[in-house]
Amino acid sequence: MIKEYQTVKEIFGPIVFVEDVPAAAYNETVEIIMPSGEKLRGQVLESSKGLAAVQVFGATTGLDTHKTSIRFLGETFKLPVSEDMLGRVFDGTGQPLDKGAPVTSAERLDINGFAINPYARAEPHDFIQTGISTIDALNTLVRGQKLPIFSTAGLPHNELAVQIARQATVRGSGEEFVVVFAAMGITNAEAQFFMKDFEKTGALERAVLFLNLANDPSIERILTPRLALTTAEYLAYEKDMQVLVVMTDMTNYCDSLREVAAARQEVPGRRGYPGYMYTDLASLYERAGTIKGKKGTVTQLPILTMPEEDITHPIPDLTGYITEGQIVLSRELHRKNIYPNVDVLPSLSRLMNLGIGAKRTREDHAGVSSQLYASYAQGRDLRQLVAVVGEEALGEKDKKFLKFANEFEQRFIQQGRNENRSIEDSLDLGWELLAGIPEDELKRVKPEHLEKYGRKYRK
Amino acid sequence: MGKLAKISGPVIVAEGMLGAQINEVVKVGDEELLGEIISLKYDRASIQVYEDTSGLKPGDTIVGTGAPLQVELGPGLLKAVFDGIQRPLDVIQARTGAFIHRGVNIPALDPKAKWEFQAVVKKGDTVHPGDILGTVQETNIEHKILVPPHFKAGKLLAIKSGTYTVRDAIGQVGSSDLFLSQKWSVRAPRPTKEKLRFSSPLVTGKRIMDTFFPIAKGGAGAIPGPFGSGKTVNQQDLAKYSDAQVIVYIGCGERGNEMTEVLTEFPKLEDPRTKKPLMERTVLIANTSNMPVAAREASVYTGITLAEYYRDMGYSVALMADSTSRWAEAMREISGRMEEMPGEEGYPAYLGRKLAEFYERAGNVQCLGSPSREGSVTVIGAVSPAGGDISEPVSQGTLRITKVFWALDANLSRRRHYPAINWLKSYSLYDNELADWYAEHVGKDFYPMRSKAMGLLQKEEELQNIVQLIGPDALPEKERLVLEATKMIREDFLQQNSFDPQDAYATPQKQYWMLKTILHFYDKANDALAVEMPLDKIMSVKAREQIPQLKRVPDADIKKTCEHIQKELDAALTPHAHATPVHKANAKSD
Repeated sequence: MIKEYQTVKEIFGPIVFVEDVPAAAYNETVEIIMPSGEKLRGQVLESSKGLAAVQVFGATTGLDTHKTSIRFLGETFKLPVSEDMLGRVFDGTGQPLDKGAPVTSAERLDINGFAINPYARAEPHDFIQTGISTIDALNTLVRGQKLPIFSTAGLPHNELAVQIARQATVRGSGEEFVVVFAAMGITNAEAQFFMKDFEKTGALERAVLFLNLANDPSIERILTPRLALTTAEYLAYEKDMQVLVVMTDMTNYCDSLREVAAARQEVPGRRGYPGYMYTDLASLYERAGTIKGKKGTVTQLPILTMPEEDITHPIPDLTGYITEGQIVLSRELHRKNIYPNVDVLPSLSRLMNLGIGAKRTREDHAGVSSQLYASYAQGRDLRQLVAVVGEEALGEKDKKFLKFANEFEQRFIQQGRNENRSIEDSLDLGWELLAGIPEDELKRVKPEHLEKYGRKYRK
Repeated sequence: MGKLAKISGPVIVAEGMLGAQINEVVKVGDEELLGEIISLKYDRASIQVYEDTSGLKPGDTIVGTGAPLQVELGPGLLKAVFDGIQRPLDVIQARTGAFIHRGVNIPALDPKAKWEFQAVVKKGDTVHPGDILGTVQETNIEHKILVPPHFKAGKLLAIKSGTYTVRDAIGQVGSSDLFLSQKWSVRAPRPTKEKLRFSSPLVTGKRIMDTFFPIAKGGAGAIPGPFGSGKTVNQQDLAKYSDAQVIVYIGCGERGNEMTEVLTEFPKLEDPRTKKPLMERTVLIANTSNMPVAAREASVYTGITLAEYYRDMGYSVALMADSTSRWAEAMREISGRMEEMPGEEGYPAYLGRKLAEFYERAGNVQCLGSPSREGSVTVIGAVSPAGGDISEPVSQGTLRITKVFWALDANLSRRRHYPAINWLKSYSLYDNELADWYAEHVGKDFYPMRSKAMGLLQKEEELQNIVQLIGPDALPEKERLVLEATKMIREDFLQQNSFDPQDAYATPQKQYWMLKTILHFYDKANDALAVEMPLDKIMSVKAREQIPQLKRVPDADIKKTCEHIQKELDAALTPHAHATPVHKANAKSD
């Protein structure tokens, strides 16, 4: 039974307080009918006898405390899902933005989802080839992983995300990825960029887009990633698809969380973000995974922009603690005109070891990757030293490391926006560059691998 | 009993709760969601609910159970995977599928499983709390059936070996029955006869830990670090290789995929000592970050109670809590929902006390009851400080109480130096208590050796500062040798590859020989420098090039290999073996 009330007592930011409600359920969905007749969605945040606090997904402009009526729908927020969603574009609350009809389906899923039982998860170990050397060879992505891109304003993270979405394949499976795209507070131009690229490559037919743009109501952004993930879970676990979820920009999502927390006058945590932000972000990121006995998987590629390029800011910090690694973009490399500007040293993929090796990529993968890391780190250190003492003060060996670091950036990190390198190409390129380093310094690669793969590059 | 009056997130307020007790477990609503009373104000109770609270509404009924939050202790704990309030996740999966749904009330221990009980006491014996009644072969671990701590001592009217479930009475004292299982309230430490001094280290197989920063059996250690520095890999390695007899691993608010890794790996890996699958000695508690926050708060208590129970049987138990920061955040979230006055960074004012109470449940103890036995619980807590800055309250509260600090360093992990434990910032306060053990079991010269190595590493830090200014080639050869030696200590000793089966675990003996060989090289090289052998030549001595390979030498061969290398080093670097440099030295002194 649906109950309707015209007892709005107070409107405070995105929160509406409704009186004389005997028993609103926590997290219950409501429909708000504005005096103009326009409808908004909302959700119960707090309920006590006779009073409910409702968070409004949308602009509260035009609401009043007299005529506005609130209908309690008696259930949590549910999204109708079907395979027909592929190729469609929705707004941040799930309403069609294209010319198509709203999705009708008997299957309606709770957008908050349920936690995957850790016991039911399968070990993620299927190597995803993205065609990007810095990811494939050094920070390998596997199916069911959540690997965010840490960027800052003005860097080409969108280009990188699009390239990954376009090129990602699981080798040998012949299966293509379906992309579910959630935009939160990005500009119209950025949204156009994604749409165009998807259209151009024909990927749009295999994509579902949820777009909340910068000028859309900010509180909607709390819904957007949940709609996307619910769709992704449906396609993966009910329809056996391999799903890649791109969510951008998580920073805007967190700012919306903060906005609601501030309106509720909650005790703030660091930098004003709510104390439960870790739990809240986990409820999104942990929806990535692979499940025993199910063919489909959900892989996440969230993008966030670090305020003031500060990786210790609560948003990247809490994200890093939940996700399985991170790809960090560097302004310095961007200035040197290197694309993709992946700063490999702070980047990491935690599930890499599960996805590489003889049967999955190539036997020498772990060693080459570790050696490239160590050598590049040494070269970078020397660069700082050179800035102080000059290159002449370096020994022969150190000069080689310095040269290696430069070549590594120019040839290994750098690649074209449409250049799709196989993992073998990436590893061979690694060996080629390592040929510039004295053999007794190659402690991280196995001698037999050096003979088999690296010898031919050494003169 | 009572009615729900207000709900916001995982905390609810109930009215009409007169007579309810603090920490009493209640059932909320039609689905009977489990909750715990965390504060009382006349008839109003604040309750943290261990499950998702969506859909609860004012007026829902609340029923008390009359008991605090308890765990069930008995055979069947090992190899199990529980959530934060000891519900078996495999049974939940069978019941609700791949996703966890609410209101699943199932017993922790399988009530139908049969166990073979072998009594060691007989009818007519007088038994006291903590006494061993008999044994059950649980896995390869023998489960001792104990008289519960608060049981009234008395004469056994009946006791019989045989096949029982955990619900069948195995014996009787007075009018009370004894069972294979018992219950214990998680928030209260299980009693012991007395706490003992520390006498042996928890051997971890990690060179940086065992050699430089050892933790005592029964001690408490913290491993703080920013994300990506390897907290979880270190914790998992400790669970795999440390020489405790029973492992309790708590995944508290961490990643689901990490628990899956443990679940798939542990049954396949074998204990380096017993050669049995690791899972046989392990209890897992998995309350991942997306599972309810109140159950996360409870998970560390559930875990430590299980650990104490195996300690009481006389076992050495190691508990890993990954991560205690998530536990603290759960406290913060609940405290915030209750609108308590916040302390530092929004954490509740009692955070420090809770941390201290938890770590103090570690210890090396004389167990209650007879026969006389000693057991220990070693606690190792991972801490995830915001931004890696350990000035925050959880790190500080932890360091005040733990005696081992393994400082993870993002700079090391970025250059793939693992374990990324910073040797200059870490410390262990168990050094003195463990000196005798190391002298007896490893070598009398082991402590002097490690002091020497640590001295070199400290010297390296100073020299690096100079190198930053003037470049390495400007240093005298003697100091450049220090840098070469410390590079060997760092790369050929401290670095250890968890994913290389030969290298992941090193016995203390292997550690001893490896370090001894590196230091031997340093001493010999110094001698050679004194007679003006050039450093480049010293460094290219063939025997030295074998030192990096020592990591992969099996334990059985390590002594022989090291002695051989040392002999070769002697031959190559001893002054009289080189006529020319001696002449040169003479020429100069003219």
